[in-house]
Amino acid sequence: MSIGVVVFPGSNCDRDVRWAAQGCLNIPTRFLWHETRDLNGLDAVVLPGGFSYGDYLRCGAIARFAPVLESLVEFVARGGRVLGICNGFQVLTELGLLPGALTRNRSLHFICEDALLTVESNRTPWLMSHQRKDALTLPIAHGEGRYQCSDETLCQLQDDDAIALRYVNNPNGSVADIAGITNKTGNVLGLMPHPERACDPVIGGVDGRGLLQSLLG
Amino acid sequence: MPRFHARVLVSLRPSVLDPAGEAARSAANRLGVEGISKLRIGKVVDLELEADNESEARKQLELLSDRLFTNPVIEDWSLELQPVPTTTA
Repeated sequence: MSIGVVVFPGSNCDRDVRWAAQGCLNIPTRFLWHETRDLNGLDAVVLPGGFSYGDYLRCGAIARFAPVLESLVEFVARGGRVLGICNGFQVLTELGLLPGALTRNRSLHFICEDALLTVESNRTPWLMSHQRKDALTLPIAHGEGRYQCSDETLCQLQDDDAIALRYVNNPNGSVADIAGITNKTGNVLGLMPHPERACDPVIGGVDGRGLLQSLLG
Repeated sequence: MPRFHARVLVSLRPSVLDPAGEAARSAANRLGVEGISKLRIGKVVDLELEADNESEARKQLELLSDRLFTNPVIEDWSLELQPVPTTTA
């Protein structure tokens, strides 16, 4: 049982994810360079935060064409679990594995703070260890985290019970206070908050542990 | 092969809030320019490409605009396309 963490040029939370998963939770973790296509033997893949390919053009727009993501699309189709955190969430929307898009915060500020969240759905393995409406505190750190989608997409997300997490005090102007969503099947989760920064009690709070533990079911 | 000059204008869809545009609008007011009812910021992709003909060039640019230059969830695009005049020696 092991997970992979994709490393794009410009990723900067890849080592944090490895520390949280392997160092704090004893989950065997290996890095996946963006040019690899080999996802053999992995149970789950994490797309970490950062600024993939400099986030030129739009966040995640160039990363979408990375060779590793071609394999990732097949991995998802086979039911593999994929967690996209922050820039990873942006990449998943650009790739079309999750609906909607993430754009400039309403305030134009880069926001770096703890965010209070509620669990909106525990339908998927990611949040099964929680009850609906459970409160979680996870750090956020982004300039472009305002979730946007059409009214039809929002209805679809609601019908599919695919809104996983909402902000209690919407920090960035996201539609419907959305902080994280899953795909319909439930094996892909994208979220702006950083669960990997809430796994080590030394740095305050362990509310992210459940999410990372669910990488291995 | 004929060369074409293209400008792809990328703008946020009307339904999407443009906070940078709003900030620029309020700065314009501070500059003393009143009466601006709309200010939205987009981007321009300026490129030259070779293609067999104009319709082929347009096809390539539509692909680029739909798949790379914009995210259709939040952005629209329009295209200006003209042949680059061949220089004679």
